[in-house]
Amino acid sequence: MELRKNYFADQRKDDLHEIGQPRPRSDSPGHVTGKTAYFADRNFPGMLHLKMVRSPHHHARIRSIDTSEAEKHPGVVNILTAKDVPHNVYTILILIQIGPEDETVLADGKVRWKGEAVVAVLAETERAAQEAAAKVKVDYEVLPAVFDMEEALKPGAPIVNEYHGQNHYLYDSGECRKVRFGDVEAGFAGADHILEQTYQSSPIEHAPTETTGCIVAPEGNDRFTCYTNTQAMFFTLDNASIILQMPGNKLHFVGGTVGGGFGGKVDVIVEPIAILGAKLTGRPVSFIYSREEEMQISSPRAAEKVVIKDGVMKDGRIVARKVTGYTDAGAYSRHSPYGAQKGAGHYPGPYTIPNVWIDTYCVYTNRTPSSAMRGFGVTIGDFALEVQMDKLARLIGMDPLEFRFVNAYRDGDMKAHRQPTEGAALIECMQEASRAANWPVAEKYMAMSSYAKGA
Amino acid sequence: MAIRRGRGVAAINYPTGMNLGGDPTQALVHSTPTGNFMVTLSSVDLGQGMKQIMAQICAETIGVPTDRVVVDTADTDTGPHCMGTFASRGTHRAGNAVIQAAKEARQVMLEVAAEELEVNASDLETDGQGNILVKGAPQKSISIFDVALSAHFKRGRSISGRGMFLIPRSYPEKETGAMKPSTCYAHACTVAEVEVDDETGEVTVLTVKNVFEIGRALNPKMVEQQLVGGSWMGISHALYETTEPYYPNRDHGGTDFNQYLMPGPGDLAETQIIVLERPSADGPFGAKGPGEMCANPQIPAVANAVFDAVGVRIDTLPITPERILRALKAQAPN
Repeated sequence: MELRKNYFADQRKDDLHEIGQPRPRSDSPGHVTGKTAYFADRNFPGMLHLKMVRSPHHHARIRSIDTSEAEKHPGVVNILTAKDVPHNVYTILILIQIGPEDETVLADGKVRWKGEAVVAVLAETERAAQEAAAKVKVDYEVLPAVFDMEEALKPGAPIVNEYHGQNHYLYDSGECRKVRFGDVEAGFAGADHILEQTYQSSPIEHAPTETTGCIVAPEGNDRFTCYTNTQAMFFTLDNASIILQMPGNKLHFVGGTVGGGFGGKVDVIVEPIAILGAKLTGRPVSFIYSREEEMQISSPRAAEKVVIKDGVMKDGRIVARKVTGYTDAGAYSRHSPYGAQKGAGHYPGPYTIPNVWIDTYCVYTNRTPSSAMRGFGVTIGDFALEVQMDKLARLIGMDPLEFRFVNAYRDGDMKAHRQPTEGAALIECMQEASRAANWPVAEKYMAMSSYAKGA
Repeated sequence: MAIRRGRGVAAINYPTGMNLGGDPTQALVHSTPTGNFMVTLSSVDLGQGMKQIMAQICAETIGVPTDRVVVDTADTDTGPHCMGTFASRGTHRAGNAVIQAAKEARQVMLEVAAEELEVNASDLETDGQGNILVKGAPQKSISIFDVALSAHFKRGRSISGRGMFLIPRSYPEKETGAMKPSTCYAHACTVAEVEVDDETGEVTVLTVKNVFEIGRALNPKMVEQQLVGGSWMGISHALYETTEPYYPNRDHGGTDFNQYLMPGPGDLAETQIIVLERPSADGPFGAKGPGEMCANPQIPAVANAVFDAVGVRIDTLPITPERILRALKAQAPN
C-alpha cells in the first residue's frame, strides 16, 4: 500500500502520535496462535443442541404437525412449535418504528420459502437432535410459488407474504422509494443520445469462516447469558426481548471476536429461539448453523435488477438519468426495505446530473430472505452504474476515464437527494488511477480539483 | 480462438453509516489507579481490528501510548449502547464516541495534574509518552501514573468520560426523496486488467490497481489488510459467487465450499493499493468508513475489462464462462 500524501495536504495535519501509525494489532498473536476465544469455544455441562425442522417447500400451507415420534427419540428433551414463542410474528427494524411485523420465528400455518424454520428440536447431542428432527411429520398443502420479481409484481401473482398484502414493500411514498430532481423527460428530450440498459445480479453468500450461532446459559439469578457472534449486541438483545416478551434486564449478551460478518450476522435469528429453549428446559442451549444452513438458510445479499436510462450529450455531459431498481427481498423484509431505500439515496452515483428520476422497489418472492451485506443497497447499483458509464463513453466515442471526469461531482454540487456535495475526492482518485495504471487523460482533467469552483 | 487481453475502469463513492434512528453509538473511558485507560463499548469486533483502532483513537486523544489503553467491548452488562458493526460505521461512529469520552477524561486528568503542579490546567499539555508538561516549561512535569494515583487515593477524582455519536434521523421526503442518507463519503477508482480465453470463456484477472480515498488511514497496516481483502472480494463477486447460479430458478445452490465458487489463492490478481486522505469534517481524525466500498469498484472494472477484451457485454453477475461463451456465440456471424 502506498499513501499519497501530496493530495489534500492543505486539509490535513500529519502531526499525530498514535493515529496514522502502523501499530501491530493487539489481537493478532491470539488469532495466529489459536488462542483467541470465539463464542463456540464455550462448553457447558448439560448443554443441549438445537436443530430446526425446515420447510421442504417454497410455499405451502401447514395442515398439521406431528411431533409424537420425534418426542420418543432417545436424547430428545423438548420440541418447540409456533405456539411456544410468546411474540412469534416480528420484524427486526420495529425497534426504529419500521414495520409491519411480517416474519415468524417458527412457521405458523404457512411456510413462504424452502428452508423456513418450522419446528425446533432440543436434544442431548447434535446427532439426536438431527435424527429426531427427521421424525417430525409436517403435512403440507403445496401452494403456487413465485420466484421472479417481474412475475411477483404482476396482478394475480401468488401473494408471498400476507402481512404486506402485495408483493412489494409499501413505503410512505407508495410502492417505491422515489427521488425526483430536475425534469428528467426534458433532459431526455434535449439529449443527443439515449441509452437504456438492464443489469441483473444473483444472491451472494457472506461466506464467513465462522457460521452464525449462539450458546445460551441460564444463570442462577433468573437471567440468561447469550454468547453470540451477532454484529449488533443491543439490537439483538432488544429484539429478543420483544420476541420472548422478556424484560431486557433478564438478558445478558456477550460477544467477542467474530469470525467474519460482512453483514450476515445482523439479522436476529438464532438467539431468541435458543434463549427460549434455555428458558423452557432450564439448561444451556447451543444453536449453531451448519455450513449448509449458512449458505442456503441465512440471508444472502439480495439479487437485484437495475434499469438505467441515460440522456447524454456528444460532449460527454450526462443530462438526464432515470434508474429503476428492484431488490429481491425473498419472503420477508429483514433489512431489505432499508437496502432499497439506501439505493435510492445512492443513485445516480458520484456524478452531477441535472435531471434525475429514481424508483427503488423492495420485492417479495418465495426465496430465502435476503438482508444486509457489505455494500448493502449499493454494490450491485455501482456495478450497473459503472458498466453503464463505460457504454455511454463508447457510445459517444470518448475515453471512459475522461468521460467520468466530465461528469464527476465536486464540492458544492447538489445531489439528486438534495444534499450539497462535501469532501469530494472522486477526481483525485481518478487522477491517481490514471498515473498508476498508465492510462493517460487530457491535461485539463489532470488539472481539475474536487474543490468548489472558484474556491 | 485466442487469449484476449482487456482493461476496464470504474469510479465510485460510498456513504459512511446509515440513515436509521440517528445511528447512535456510545463509549465510556476511565483510568485505572496507575494511569492505564479502559474504553468500554458494546460494539463488535468482526475481525477487522476495531479494538485496536479504538485503542489508538483513545490513546491519541488522552495523550498516552496505545499500549496503555485496553478496550472492553461486546458485553451488554458493561458496555453502553452501540447500534452495531455494519454500514461502514464502526470506526466512524464508535471513534467519535471514544474521542468525546476521552476528551472528558483527559480534562479531569489535566485538572488533577494542575492541582499537583499548582498551575492552571489550561497551561498543561501531554507529551504522548505518558507525561504531562507545563507548556513552555517542560522541566515542570508529572507522569500520568502519578496523576492517576493522586486522583484515586488523594484528590477523590474519577478520571473518566462519556461519549456519544448521534445524528438527527432523516425521513426521506415522500415526493422528492430529499434526505440525508449518511454522513461523509469515501471514494475509489479501480483499473482492472484481464485475459479472456474466447474458447473456454474463462477470465483471468491479471492486475487490479485501486486508488481509495478514505479520509484518514488511522492505522495504515490495518487499512491495507481491509482494502486488499475487499479488492479480492470484489473480484470474487464479479466472476464467481452466487448461492443461486440459475437465479431466479432456486435449484443447484451450493451448500459448502466445494460447490460455492470462490477464487483460490492462484486466482487472485496482482493487487495494488494507493490511499489518498481528504479528512472528513465529521470523522474521527478525519476518517471515513472504508470497510464496504473497497469491495465495489472491482466488479464493474472487471466487467468493463471483459468487454474490452472480447467485445461482449455481460450485464448479469457473476460473469461466468458460460455467460461469456453464450454472448460470444450470439455475437458471432452465422
